Amino acid sequence: MSQSYNRGLIEDFSRWREFQAGMWAWIFHKFTGWVLIGYLFTHIAVLSTAIPAADGATMMFQGSQTDVFTGTIVSLEGLLLVRILEVGLLAVAVFHMLNGTRLLLVDLGVGLEAQDKSFYASLILTGAITVASVPTFIAGAF
Amino acid sequence: MSTQIPKQTDESSDTDAEAEAPSKGDERRDEKRRRAAEERARRQAEEAEKAAADEETVELKVFRYDPEIEGKQEPRFDTFHVPFTKGMTVLDALMYSRDTYDSSLTFRHSCRQAVCGSDAMFVNGGQKLACKTQISDLEEPIRVEPLPHAEVRKDLVVDLEHFYDQMEAVEPYFQTNEYPDGELEEQRQTRENREKIKMSTRCIWCSACMSSCNIAAGDNEYLGPAAINKAYRFAMDEREGEDMKQKRLEIIEQEHGVWRCQTQFSCTEVCPKDIPLTEHIQELKREAVKNNLKFW
Ligand code: HEM
Ligand code: SF4
Ligand code: FES
Repeated sequence: MSQSYNRGLIEDFSRWREFQAGMWAWIFHKFTGWVLIGYLFTHIAVLSTAIPAADGATMMFQGSQTDVFTGTIVSLEGLLLVRILEVGLLAVAVFHMLNGTRLLLVDLGVGLEAQDKSFYASLILTGAITVASVPTFIAGAF
Repeated sequence: MSTQIPKQTDESSDTDAEAEAPSKGDERRDEKRRRAAEERARRQAEEAEKAAADEETVELKVFRYDPEIEGKQEPRFDTFHVPFTKGMTVLDALMYSRDTYDSSLTFRHSCRQAVCGSDAMFVNGGQKLACKTQISDLEEPIRVEPLPHAEVRKDLVVDLEHFYDQMEAVEPYFQTNEYPDGELEEQRQTRENREKIKMSTRCIWCSACMSSCNIAAGDNEYLGPAAINKAYRFAMDEREGEDMKQKRLEIIEQEHGVWRCQTQFSCTEVCPKDIPLTEHIQELKREAVKNNLKFW
């Protein structure tokens, strides 16, 4: 295939003013996919405190010795920032799942005419589920 | 001797009888040019006035750039006011602007009926065929720019060499090694098969799809929607036969072929001929998988 294409001086002039539903679905899907990977690592880091905890390791938590696993998790959950990030994580995961299902259908050639509508539906549903989850995640954080 | 000579001498003796230094011919030409420029300026002012006075005008903001002209090396937008007439297309408005205000305004066009594929442009933030885009459907001011993701040559003209290379790369012509028995027998296609490839045959090589594709923008070697659609048109044509289909699939499934497509649907949205490009690309992906994975 040819390489003759020379991206000229001003070829990118209008690049980001274009709007296509599918393009944003793709950008969000990449973003959410990588955020989930990032979460996976922190998740493993936090959960692996269970290993020293099983060997009897403890830490100071609220004035008494608690096993490191419980201490880490309970203190993290006590942070408002962590609660807010959890809402974000849920939003990211829900969008990734819904849009991922949409992409699988697209790969199978199902419902191609409605691809933009299904993207908007994913967004709206994600929004609704996220909002509904706020009470649960934030409860007792203040 | 031509009959024009005496007349020209007459003219010049009218205007600059005693000037010596530059040749008479040069002066005449200068004078002529000056008068033409005056005339043009007068007419443009008149037209602009008329257009401004007229209630039904449309405002166009047109991208201008010319690397060879000093005053145009810095890209800019020029505003043109064009009297609106019913059924006017963006191409009509551009032609009016060029013919009335600035003859250096450069853009490609030919058929004016969405057949030749010369005038794909970026109109109000989308790839459009100028001759197929009604002014009345657009919000003002109408921004007309060259196709994104291609090198601008001058004003609205972009270099399409790369696009044509990608089209050629899929061998966009009928090939077969399966011939009907009789010497003079025709290569008949079933109605169903014709129906299957019908939409894919409609491409007019306008490059709107290629310009809209983010993947093509980031990967110069990606075949792009139009070329893949062209490949589809032949791969799905049963008359080419099994050997050819294998060859076609090899081209289609190479590294920068169908698998680059991330189903963003930009191409499908902009194609002026309503070709379901993403659908065709997805079908070819499935063909490629079916061709390579055999569990039976
Ligand atoms: C129900 C759950 C999930 C579904 C339906 C799903 C679906 C998908 C689909 C269809 C793709 C696109 C593949 C393509 O390019 O066509 C994708 C990409 C991806 N997913 Fe998921 N996924 C799910 C869960 C996850 C989880 C839990 C993670 C992380 C641990 C994850 C990480 C990613 C990443 C990193 C990508 C690639 C993004 C890129 O294109 O760079 N996904 N997913
Ligand atoms: S597929 Fe459509 S948008 Fe692409 S070059 Fe052909 S006619 Fe133009
Ligand atoms: S002028 Fe031919 S397609 Fe527009």
